[in-house]
Amino acid sequence: MALERRAAEPVTLGERVASGPARGRPGRSDARAARGSWKRFASSPVAVVGLVLTALFVLVAALTSFIAPTDPFSFAGTPFEPPSAKHWLGTDDLGRDVLAGVVHGARTSLLVGVAVAGASLVIGTVVGGVAGFAGGKVDDLLMRLTELSQVLPRFFLALTVVALFGPGLTNMVLVLALTSWELTARVARSGVLAVKELEYVTAAEALGSSPWRNLRTHVLPNTIAPVVALASLQVGGAILIEASLSFLGLGDPNVISWGYMLNNAQSFVRRAWWMSVFPGLAIAVAVLGVNLLGDALNDFWNPRSRSAGASG
Amino acid sequence: MVRYTVRRLLQAVPLVFGAAVVTWILIHAAPGDPIVALAGEDGDAGYYAMMRERFGLDRPLHEQLFVYLGRLAQGDLGFSYRQNRSAVSVILDQLPATLLLMVPALAVASVIGISVGTVAAARKNSALDNTARTATLLGHAVPVFWLSQVLLLLFALRFDWFPVQGRSDARAGYEGFRALLDVGHHMVLPIAALVTVYVPPIMRVTRAAVIENLDEMYIRAARARGQSRRRVLIRHALPNAMLPIVTVIGSQIGFMFAGSVLVETVFAWPGLGRLLLSAILARDFAIITAMLLMLSVTIILMNLITDLVYSLLDPRVRHGT
Repeated sequence: MALERRAAEPVTLGERVASGPARGRPGRSDARAARGSWKRFASSPVAVVGLVLTALFVLVAALTSFIAPTDPFSFAGTPFEPPSAKHWLGTDDLGRDVLAGVVHGARTSLLVGVAVAGASLVIGTVVGGVAGFAGGKVDDLLMRLTELSQVLPRFFLALTVVALFGPGLTNMVLVLALTSWELTARVARSGVLAVKELEYVTAAEALGSSPWRNLRTHVLPNTIAPVVALASLQVGGAILIEASLSFLGLGDPNVISWGYMLNNAQSFVRRAWWMSVFPGLAIAVAVLGVNLLGDALNDFWNPRSRSAGASG
Repeated sequence: MVRYTVRRLLQAVPLVFGAAVVTWILIHAAPGDPIVALAGEDGDAGYYAMMRERFGLDRPLHEQLFVYLGRLAQGDLGFSYRQNRSAVSVILDQLPATLLLMVPALAVASVIGISVGTVAAARKNSALDNTARTATLLGHAVPVFWLSQVLLLLFALRFDWFPVQGRSDARAGYEGFRALLDVGHHMVLPIAALVTVYVPPIMRVTRAAVIENLDEMYIRAARARGQSRRRVLIRHALPNAMLPIVTVIGSQIGFMFAGSVLVETVFAWPGLGRLLLSAILARDFAIITAMLLMLSVTIILMNLITDLVYSLLDPRVRHGT
């Protein structure tokens, strides 16, 4: 009886651990649990639609040179041609193909979105991780800093920095990343605090495992999933802000972007509706896709932080 | 309660100064000379020097920062050399125009968001709930300036129901009530665009908070006492869900200002957006810093008010950390 129970234990433990925040080392039962998770993930319509739209967005950005090989800044026809068989989405005031612009713009948006989310992930994890792990005065100081980053008006700071330091994707990504790591840091910190108290971590510590080793083998693997899920919510917000700034004429002038196209369209809104409609639709579809996917990931890993929207 | 309020207020002070320092350093680290912007590209070197001395710009940067912070402590947010008056008065001149769009939009969005969110929560997974949730997701994804362009294309250009741009029709020369009506007519499209982006966060949080409260024991108790579903929803679940709703409105204030600036640009509405863009072009540092700081302070105040309301209604918050 006792033997049977012991034999049955690893499986249930593995399953319980894989679905909760405290994930053990990868093993057979873990892989099975992961397959189950995927099924659960794929059964939600939000996740599927998000995945499909995001895949479309990423594919267009990746295969730009196949879909629209010409330079989006080059003249492709006469100005202000409405959508036709030759120019599916029409041409703009300089005779540039709108479709080529929309396709090439996907690359800019994806780049900004992923770079901001990645950078804020790194900053947030480091700040939150160190705060949670070190505790005491360091924790206090870092959390005050986190609070400060939360009260800075993100959009306006980005607008000011880009306008004063000169338009460019690097400046934009930097300032957006520096103002968007607050939530990531909080989640990373609470994750570290939760895991730090778990018995097996205390046990490892008692066995003489170094703090660094503890961090690497126990704490980090257990906090990374919710933090990554949270960072995925930054992508859509960053794409929207990049588009907004480019729309105000503060985009990188050397790179085509959806916001730039809409800025250009603003002057010809009476004359060429297609110049504004299509780039805007592209933004909406891309942001909807990454938001849905981010929501699904967060439902999965951060069921408590669901109301944390990606708008910023 | 008083002690808690005082403690929270004291905690907010370093935050305000932190925000001021970050903003000030960022702006002053940027390339571009306000004096050159003010006096023109090819001015006389002596004239530049005189201007610098007059405005204290010849002193080392850290000294300028201390002067700035000292004045800030006395409530002085800076002086615009370009407009020759205090930055605050310049901003306050433009603020009403922006609020004229923001406040009605927020009011309409709150009514729509809270009522639809509550009904959606009461009928979880119904057709109405699903429609509302889909609309929320779309509203989160659509760029507000593009939405403005589309509204303008459709309802001003195609159907000619509303004026295209501006705040009033200058040529008509309306007076009295007729002028007011004219401004109202100009407000419809920008407010519609703002409402569309303000509603999703409010609705989302309302729905989640009401659903959470409907699961509580006190709801079951009220139902067991024979109260109707409707009464339980409106008298019990919704009031208890108000806190997160107020929080989300408070925390979105920066986002709401951002939306307003973008909408103002599309509709050529004279407000804070135009002021900030022109101040940046002119390197009018005082106005830029004052505006960013006022936004930070608004966000801090919103956080503070939400915290205080929370602690007033839920004593556990006061006695915790």
